[in-house]
Amino acid sequence: MIKLLTFNRERCTGARECERTCAQTWFKTPAVECSSIRIREVEGGFRATFCIQCGECIAVCPANALYRDKQGIVRVRKADCVGCMSCVGFCPYAAMFYDPQEAVPFKCVSCGQCVKTCPAQALAMTEAPDATQVEALSGI
Amino acid sequence: MTDKITRHVLAEFPYQRSPVERGYTNQTLYINVSDYTIAARPVTDFMKEKFIGGRGFDLWLLWNAVKDTTRWNDPENEVVISPGPCSGVTQYPGSGKSIVATISPTTHVVTDCNVGGHFGPQLKFAGWDALELQGIADRDVIVVIDGPAGKVTIEELPEAPTDTHLLGAWLTEALAETPEDRYVISTVTTGTGAEHTLIGCLNFSLFDRKRNDIRYKQAARGGPGTVFRHKRIKAVVVIGFPVKGTSVAPADPERLARVGAKMQREVHEYDPKQNRMRNRGTPYLVHIMNAYDLLPVHNFKFGAHPDHVKIMADVWEARFTQGLPDGCWYGCTLACAHAVDGFELRTGPYQGQRVIVDGPEYETVGALGSDCGIFDPDAILELNFYCDTYGIDTISFGNLTAFVMECYEAGILNLERTGGLDLHFGNAAAALELLHQMGRGEGFGLIAGQGVRRMKQIFAEEYGADPAFLWDIGVEVKGMEQSMYMSKESLAQQGGYALTNKGPQHDEAWLIFMDQVNNQIPTFEDKAEALHYFPMWRTWFGLCGFCKLLWNDVIPPSNKYSQEPAKIPEHVANYVEVFSAVTGREVTKEDLIRMSEAVYNFQRVFNWRLGGGSRKDDIPPYRAVGPVTKEEYESRQERYDKQLRELVGVDPTSLTTEEKMAALRQYREGRYQQLMDAVYKRRGWTPNALPTLEKLHELGIDLPEVVEVVKRYL
Repeated sequence: MIKLLTFNRERCTGARECERTCAQTWFKTPAVECSSIRIREVEGGFRATFCIQCGECIAVCPANALYRDKQGIVRVRKADCVGCMSCVGFCPYAAMFYDPQEAVPFKCVSCGQCVKTCPAQALAMTEAPDATQVEALSGI
Repeated sequence: MTDKITRHVLAEFPYQRSPVERGYTNQTLYINVSDYTIAARPVTDFMKEKFIGGRGFDLWLLWNAVKDTTRWNDPENEVVISPGPCSGVTQYPGSGKSIVATISPTTHVVTDCNVGGHFGPQLKFAGWDALELQGIADRDVIVVIDGPAGKVTIEELPEAPTDTHLLGAWLTEALAETPEDRYVISTVTTGTGAEHTLIGCLNFSLFDRKRNDIRYKQAARGGPGTVFRHKRIKAVVVIGFPVKGTSVAPADPERLARVGAKMQREVHEYDPKQNRMRNRGTPYLVHIMNAYDLLPVHNFKFGAHPDHVKIMADVWEARFTQGLPDGCWYGCTLACAHAVDGFELRTGPYQGQRVIVDGPEYETVGALGSDCGIFDPDAILELNFYCDTYGIDTISFGNLTAFVMECYEAGILNLERTGGLDLHFGNAAAALELLHQMGRGEGFGLIAGQGVRRMKQIFAEEYGADPAFLWDIGVEVKGMEQSMYMSKESLAQQGGYALTNKGPQHDEAWLIFMDQVNNQIPTFEDKAEALHYFPMWRTWFGLCGFCKLLWNDVIPPSNKYSQEPAKIPEHVANYVEVFSAVTGREVTKEDLIRMSEAVYNFQRVFNWRLGGGSRKDDIPPYRAVGPVTKEEYESRQERYDKQLRELVGVDPTSLTTEEKMAALRQYREGRYQQLMDAVYKRRGWTPNALPTLEKLHELGIDLPEVVEVVKRYL
């Protein structure tokens, strides 16, 4: 079982607290460009973009810099990353983001910090056997 | 990592690594293997302004190294390798090329090759914008450029094997202290075939981290491997540095990352719906070429064959290992550099070994396959592997084998003359044996390995063959064997091949669909404009270190609504962005063409300086223009008869096939002469293909030594 982030679009109010929390947690900045979760407004509500740990990027990486850890989370091994943007372009959910200065990708690693600060309880951590559950649960 | 080898260092040159700044290291490395001179030379602002890098740097350095009388096998001839300022970029796919130039043993003018692999980028990261290899050693030597240690050595390694698949692995294992070191090592090698033929290629290695093995890409056209081995250089090795997105130190990394991410997304979205290069590589073209009568069959006699289905894309898709990031440099998600893993060799010195076969590419399938009438994928793979490891150009080998097969069937050759090789079209075993003879330096392989042009002379002089017939059927221009597209029905492509600087390679212009299929360039002026723009545009990839495929082998759907869809304007704009972001030199799309035009004209003058370059050197053989034999004419009689009626104004009804062939030939050859006039005029050249002083002045390339050469011929 993998501990995965899930999103309930019925509850999201677009407060974007998750974006700020994520950016602050990992990059010590509130800038949304540094967040691994992005909220976008669509007709009738909001949608979230974040990594669901499907792992399709692992095969695309020419430098073996992407791997799945023991908890089942897909991670970037920065020391091996060649900054090629392959994973950014080939993520089926456009959920691989990058630091444009260093050309190093970053992504959601299911840390759960955003869950704690969401004022609408739209985010949750869920135990699931694989990523397909997140896709279904989150309407991604 | 293996038991360490003993390294006999013959010369050592310590150096201070020049950091990469905006794509350049601002110095080049000069090595003379005759007297062991090793030196660092500065890259001037003039070089960057006028020659940009890559092929431009190659040509400038070579120009300064040779004399007017230099031949390919003179010590002063060089093999020059330069990556170009954008080579080593990882964010934008297709940005890791090296460009090789040398005076060719088959054309006797400059040849240039655009090649993948990790050598060029790592050469740059090790501190060098270009590498000049001059001189002829008195023993076999290996050059090691060790970036982390800051030294260049010329070494004698007597135990080193020669053939690439052994030597590349041997050197990489020997020089890597840790498994990770293998990632930053790249070798340039060739093989025993390059020692015995004039069609030798160079193999540029890359360490494939997914396969945990070494792979190779080829700089093959015009015999650079032959020059390399003649210098008694067995290998050049670079030990570079771990690659990062910032390794080329771009002026504007954010801008570079933005355009790179956009292009990666585009490959992801559209390649599966368009060419599916990621699954099939360039062999996706086999079926298309066959459908349009463009796939060379039996030495370019015909453009289609029912058996093409045995060597078309789905066959290769099933053989290529799927799901691997098969780019020849990091970040190339178009990933055309596919491979067949675990292929068991059935013949030759490595019989029984299981090997990786890099490829085959479309050109190799056409050359080793359909052009020779060989429709057996296993035979093509075997030929492909041995060509690579022996250091032999697959295109030239396939083309010349098809030529000797036609000569064999025409009675010019026989079993006695070939030393027992039954060289009928389709005899894969004979083709393989011919290749092994080149590897061993034996028999008829020594004659064939001299290339089509030289064979024409030999067959006429020694076997009494009709020189006119040989000239017609030998598909070479300037001495280089033509690559694998039928140009009979496209006048523009006849020019695209024959009006080139180095010889008939499609990397200058591929105009068949624009011309023959879509009829977008109907007039001579239209064709001349295309034969100006596209060679200049494609030259630019070689100045900067780019691959051409990312320009037009995946296309945004909106392209069809653009004003000039053939130019793929959105992708041209991408390249403007990448070049500006890397170098900090703000350019427009027009600037890119001007950059190429200066270098292209310089190369044409260089050809004149070496004794080539004139109108007579731009004439294609008639096999590339029209039907040489009755068999060819009659195979497409309806098409040719219609052309006689509608284009030539001749009623074919009462004519014999020979009379019809003569009328068609007169018409087609006349049209080609008119095309030459139009193209030379558009390019700013004299009717004899010499760049004018006015043109050189306009391009800012009117250097005294260049003007001096032109004035000799005005």
